[in-house]
Amino acid sequence: MTPFTLERPESLGAARRAFSGDAAFLAGGHTLIPAMKSGLRAVETLIDLSRVPGLESIRREGDRLIVGAMARHAEVAASPVVAAAIPGLARLAAGIGDPQVRRRGTIGGSLANNDPAADYPAAVLALDAVLATTEGTHAADDFFQGMFATALGDGEILTEVQFRVPEAFAYAKFRHPASRYALAGVAVARFPEGVRVAVTGVAYSVFRWADAEAALSAAPPAPVPPLVRDDINSDIHASAEYRAHLAGVMLARAVREMMP
Amino acid sequence: MGISVNGSVREVTSPDHRLLVDWLRDDLGLTGTHVGCTTSQCGACNVMVDGEVVKACTVLVASCEGSEVTTIEGLGTPEALHPMQAAFKSAHGLQCGFCTPGMVMAGIAIANAHGPDVSEATVRHELEGNLCRCTGYQNIVAAIRAGARAMAEAGLLKEPA
Ligand SMILES: Cc1cc2nc3c(=O)[nH]c(=O)nc-3n(C[C@H](O)[C@H](O)[C@H](O)COP(=O)(O)OP(=O)(O)OC[C@H]3O[C@@H](n4cnc5c(N)ncnc54)[C@H](O)[C@@H]3O)c2cc1C
Ligand code: FES
Ligand code: FES
Repeated sequence: MTPFTLERPESLGAARRAFSGDAAFLAGGHTLIPAMKSGLRAVETLIDLSRVPGLESIRREGDRLIVGAMARHAEVAASPVVAAAIPGLARLAAGIGDPQVRRRGTIGGSLANNDPAADYPAAVLALDAVLATTEGTHAADDFFQGMFATALGDGEILTEVQFRVPEAFAYAKFRHPASRYALAGVAVARFPEGVRVAVTGVAYSVFRWADAEAALSAAPPAPVPPLVRDDINSDIHASAEYRAHLAGVMLARAVREMMP
Repeated sequence: MGISVNGSVREVTSPDHRLLVDWLRDDLGLTGTHVGCTTSQCGACNVMVDGEVVKACTVLVASCEGSEVTTIEGLGTPEALHPMQAAFKSAHGLQCGFCTPGMVMAGIAIANAHGPDVSEATVRHELEGNLCRCTGYQNIVAAIRAGARAMAEAGLLKEPA
């Protein structure tokens, strides 16, 4: 690992100011540390967010479920507030990685990283969340900007995720058996005005599946046509054709889970 | 400030990019914590930080200043094994033993989270972050279930939060 200096600021302002030059924030470290160990990333300054107060709070505010950026996957999975507001989100968190990963990894780290096969981005997009940062807010529809790319600027800290509480929500993923990331993961959220569907693991970034949204929002719901896109990922784990098929199967599983 | 390791406070003098596992093994000589993969997959490096079992190859020692760390060396002694260690011995929960320190740590976390009557399915699910190249897991699962019961009998289970 390339040497760096670790800062451990105790306020959001101090964390924001500590960012200069070649720097990065450290949350749970379960993406960043492996990347630095393998030489994929190197920084001069690492800013540990774990001592910044208030970033792990989980609470309900009106029609929003607020999850702090430093909330660990295990905390979201076990939170009674999450279970009462959006139980499918607690189940999603419980299915990330393994127990040790869930004790360290955070929702903020997962979203800032925007791995094309990560789980949380699908939920954030389907649940029409707002992402609050030190600089303002981003709508989920504008936040994810491609493989490992987001709307976050240099030194901008994600502080909390404001999920819109839906009528129903479910997430189904076909896990890669070794990494447990999604080979295909589909999140479905039903709101009074219609259904939102987001897909992860299938293309180079999470995306909304417009045909599925239209079909499921129709009254009565119409059959969902097969997923067709020209950017479906094909690799040693799964061909594009297989991933597209899996997306349809995961959609059906998620919809079944949402049935009363 | 230092880090309390198995009950005694140790100063951290290594550079900020030092991993917790390397500090424990190379600086403190606590080689009971193993390095299987270095890529955050295998759990051989599991240690307890402030009561939570984590992969020490994916944690910076500098992030642990002020914390309490327990390694396999801190659990029991050869004469008086921790009940989870004793259960691995009596249930033949190991062959080469390489994965065992991490398995014992994971076992204690499972016992604390799920209690003495933890099901086989739960143990298998909770062991997803631990790999063993030898045993086929059968006896590891049996050892953890027996260890959870023995921990309860010895009054060692954490009270549920
Ligand atoms: C073995 C293993 C299995 C895994 N399986 C899965 C899985 O099944 N599904 C899945 O979705 N993920 C999986 N992960 C990834 C895991 O969820 C990571 O913890 C997560 O992606 C990153 O969160 P982190 O808190 O560890 O972030 P870090 O690694 O600390 O940071 C990741 C990136 O986000 C930036 N960052 C972190 N927090 C903020 C913030 N608040 N504001 C701005 N930038 C920030 C960092 O600078 C860095 O660039 C797995 C990881 C491992 C090691
Ligand atoms: S050595 Fe840490 S998980 Fe394998
Ligand atoms: S006993 Fe040999 S790796 Fe598990």
